Amino acid sequence: MMATMPQIWQPSPQPAADFTVAGLEGVTKSYGAVKALDRVEFRIRPGELVALLGPNGAGKTTAVRLLLGLAKPNAGRVNVFGGNPVDPRVRMRTGAMLQVAKVPETLRVREHIDLFRSYYPHPLSMSQSLAVGGLQEIANRRFGDLSGGQRQRVLFALALCGDPDLLFLDEPTVGLDVEARRAFWDEIRKLVARGKTVLLTTHYLQEADALADRVVVINQGRVVAQGTPTDIKSLTAGKTIRCLTNLGLGEVLALPGVLQARRDREALHIEVSQAEPVLRELMARDPHLSALEVTSAGLEEAFLALTQELARP
Amino acid sequence: MKTAAKDAGPYPGEIAMANFKAVTNSEQARSADQTLRIYLKEAKYEFLKNLRIPRYSLSVIFFPLMFYILFGLVMGRQTVGGVNIAAYLIGTYGVFGVMGASLFGTASGLAAERGLGWLEVKRASPMPPFAYFVAKVVMSTIFSSAVVLLLLAMGIAFGGVRLPLAQTVRLVTTLVAGSLPFCAMGLALGYFIGPNSAPAFINLFYLPLSFCSGLWVPFIFLPKAVRQIAQFLPPYHLAQLALEAIGAGQHQSNWMHWEVLLGFTLICLGIARLGFQRDENKLYG
Repeated sequence: MMATMPQIWQPSPQPAADFTVAGLEGVTKSYGAVKALDRVEFRIRPGELVALLGPNGAGKTTAVRLLLGLAKPNAGRVNVFGGNPVDPRVRMRTGAMLQVAKVPETLRVREHIDLFRSYYPHPLSMSQSLAVGGLQEIANRRFGDLSGGQRQRVLFALALCGDPDLLFLDEPTVGLDVEARRAFWDEIRKLVARGKTVLLTTHYLQEADALADRVVVINQGRVVAQGTPTDIKSLTAGKTIRCLTNLGLGEVLALPGVLQARRDREALHIEVSQAEPVLRELMARDPHLSALEVTSAGLEEAFLALTQELARP
Repeated sequence: MKTAAKDAGPYPGEIAMANFKAVTNSEQARSADQTLRIYLKEAKYEFLKNLRIPRYSLSVIFFPLMFYILFGLVMGRQTVGGVNIAAYLIGTYGVFGVMGASLFGTASGLAAERGLGWLEVKRASPMPPFAYFVAKVVMSTIFSSAVVLLLLAMGIAFGGVRLPLAQTVRLVTTLVAGSLPFCAMGLALGYFIGPNSAPAFINLFYLPLSFCSGLWVPFIFLPKAVRQIAQFLPPYHLAQLALEAIGAGQHQSNWMHWEVLLGFTLICLGIARLGFQRDENKLYG
């Protein structure tokens, strides 16, 4: 059924001709019984912006934590600048913006930046560091007095103030309004234009599409697709039809244009590439068809479909 | 689709294309000088951070002072263990003070920063990991010194306390050095208590330990059962050292008290290390 979907998942690693700035090589990470990552393989090349895209709990943050040396893999290798991410020399060349629930609130913006700058051998100047986050106006404010968007910008500046070559941005725009998100995108684009390498995690396809050179789709701890944003978008181009009908599952599956169908309690869910011809056919065959809904197949459906495809022998 | 911004932005005019070589062993880690500067900055900002939290800075200073005023100065001029009670209680409230400054200074910050993600951010950065812990200990020690000196000033100004200089110096250094075991205890606690329940848990250790070690009421006035328990409590041993410094000790071996405190410190550091390692295997989304 999935044959009509573009097959862009590549089980074999790419040839290691050019330099890998950072990557996971067959990495498995379990927390107790939970497999957060399962034989994950991807790499980031110089100057690239790679988006790690997946729903919540897919393993994105775990991948970032491994690449930052905050956790050790159970199997496989984590490679950052050809070395181990816990090596201080590696850390001096990376910056990270992580999801953090609480930052010390009584220190001023300038003080937070001053401290983080001191960790790096060749940091940006204080005024440059303030400028990358647009923080000049609030440099002397205490962190606790800032708005949510301003806090995100401080964390962004802390990741950048050491002028690192490689940046990890873990859901950098989560919780921001549309305008603030677009402003953030502009800053991230500037980084890439400056030759920085960036790994960004997000659960918005739109964000990955707007920023990334390459997208790695991850679900339930496994890489389910890799490709350009265009490749990934084509995975989600279909529609989902939901209806109550007397037609059998087999009969619906046999209709032209139907990719997949399943019964969820009394309703039938039908994945199609184009809705209209299938709808016409369904209505003709079952005049009592009711509770009809047509939705765009979201990423969730794409993740599900890809995961099922991989699970087949 | 990608609008490669070519403007210089906030960066300096010309930045060399990032150097994407693998790290090599010839690459320098930082110099001792740079490392020292990081430690100093870390300690400086740890101090500023806590100074600006009145719940910490005011309560660790003023609770011991208030108790000392109530019990040491208002209660009158008795003698305990051969010395003026106002002098005696500088020793025991001094232990109470350094314990509070150390336990709250290390445990509550660590519990909050660990539990709410800030420690992750610091560990992901190139900060030397020890700098974080040393900063907390240095900050706590500054507050400990402040409590001890203020108690001493109160005693001299309002309690008629007259100690020879040598005894004064010995008392202060004993108390400040004696704060370190409680910094270690705070680090251990900080790894095993939650960010929100931290103050309650710290008090659960702090207050009973203080009472049973004879820090509030002179040891000899405590019930016999409590006095027997006290032998096993680290604050009791620090209190004995402080009292010995001003000539009011119970004439036990000085070294025995230091040995107990050293052993206690090592156990606490071992527990803190277990917590540090356990954090590596925690579940994150």
